[in-house]
Amino acid sequence: MALCRFERRSFLDRIKGVEITRIRGRALKAGLALLLVLAGAFIALPVASLFIKSASGVTLQTLWDPVVIDALALSLFTATTSVIIVIILGTPLSYLNARFDYPGKEIADSLIELPVVMPPMVGGIALLMAFGRMGVLGQHLHAWGVNIAFTTVAVVVAQIFVSMPFYLRQARISFEDVDLVLENAARTLGASRTRVFFSVTLPIATNGLISGAIMAFARALGEFGATIMFAGNFQGRTQTMPLAIYTAMQGDLEVSLCLALILVAISFAIIAIVKMLTRRMYKNDVRD
Amino acid sequence: MLEISVQKKLRDFDLEVSLKVEEGEILMLVGENGCGKSTLLNMVAGLLTPDAGEITLAGEPLFDSNLRINLPPENRTIGYVFQSYALFPHLTVYENVAFGLRARHLSRRKIEERVKDQLEVVGLWDVRDARAVKISGGQKQRTALARALAIEPRILLLDEPLAALDIRRQAEMRKELRKLIRDFGVPSIVVTHDLRDVVSIGDKVSLLEAGKVIHSGPAEEVFNAKPLAGAVIR
Repeated sequence: MALCRFERRSFLDRIKGVEITRIRGRALKAGLALLLVLAGAFIALPVASLFIKSASGVTLQTLWDPVVIDALALSLFTATTSVIIVIILGTPLSYLNARFDYPGKEIADSLIELPVVMPPMVGGIALLMAFGRMGVLGQHLHAWGVNIAFTTVAVVVAQIFVSMPFYLRQARISFEDVDLVLENAARTLGASRTRVFFSVTLPIATNGLISGAIMAFARALGEFGATIMFAGNFQGRTQTMPLAIYTAMQGDLEVSLCLALILVAISFAIIAIVKMLTRRMYKNDVRD
Repeated sequence: MLEISVQKKLRDFDLEVSLKVEEGEILMLVGENGCGKSTLLNMVAGLLTPDAGEITLAGEPLFDSNLRINLPPENRTIGYVFQSYALFPHLTVYENVAFGLRARHLSRRKIEERVKDQLEVVGLWDVRDARAVKISGGQKQRTALARALAIEPRILLLDEPLAALDIRRQAEMRKELRKLIRDFGVPSIVVTHDLRDVVSIGDKVSLLEAGKVIHSGPAEEVFNAKPLAGAVIR
């Protein structure tokens, strides 16, 4: 009799237990869903607001404002130049880091990552101390009649400084993903090291390199702190889009919004391209 | 004749091997995982450098520690079929086979001719335009073989050429493989785990254990040789 009661209670308890687990599961799901919505809204709301607010004020006319045109042209020109230089210098460097050991590699690795964690303003001052007219290297350059600081060249230098790590990191991973046995096979088939690199390693790593270059481009395009410290804020020469947005905020909000919209559009395009490339990379099993 | 006499310090033991393979002879190299088989192949191919010794082909040194000769892999003209086949994933079957010929700067017509010959021999001309990652295991294996043979190698090295195939395909490929290698008539070394490979493909067999050759003999005797019977088949 007692045993029977005990069993019945434990049976009820178990039903209750299942019920509690189910409720808990639902609560957890609801909580997570809420979190997801909040996080989504936190990013979507400001971006949407940009469109909503500019819908009333920004017209096509704003797009032809000299400030906008100058900033857009300068930004596209400098960011493209920066990325090209980053690719040319960074590709062999990241291949070296992916495939070979050399003394001081640890230090080199940390140095490469430094500009990512360093506040851009600090980077700007550092560049000024190095290449400015009174700078460590800059004073010698100045004696030769070469001035970098506060010129378009300085904009490019600042962008390279902050965007290079993004490319180096991605390029290194892409090279490391290329199976060494493929390079070995190519060697035994009669290809020199250079030929192996250009006909095997590079083509297989290409998608990864491109997405790295795009990330570097995005970083260069958004660069603000190092640029304003090292290159100044002169329309048409060093005033890139982020600088123009900041400057225009003091007076003409419309110009600011217009530039911001252009940057948002470019950012969206960048994300879309990177996603497409990564998907293609996996679908093709190129890394098989 | 291929003569190998090399030493190399490995992590767990010292590799110390002397082997001879005649023209047209197929040497089966047998041994447990990590006994130094692939290391030996890589040294013959020039992908690894021995600490000391010499590797000569028809009297001509590929590696000689005394004379300080060490030909880079691209100058050794060796047909190497890797265990994973190592097909170039970004290229088609055709382009994989043409790779070594392009590296040799042969004329376009010559390349086309030779690739066609090789692909017809292994029966893959019809899938020549398929990407190398999209074909079956057996087709990959034959592509790798065709690619290695296309450069008219002076030595053939095959690392577990059948291991990645299913058992039925293995039996078919054994005969085909022996014929292909035989017809080619250069010194060949085939690494394997499987005693059936030894008898049906090889002429000679050497058993490698912890970097040393502990038995050598004709392939047919493989089932009688005591050290072999215990060591292999898994």
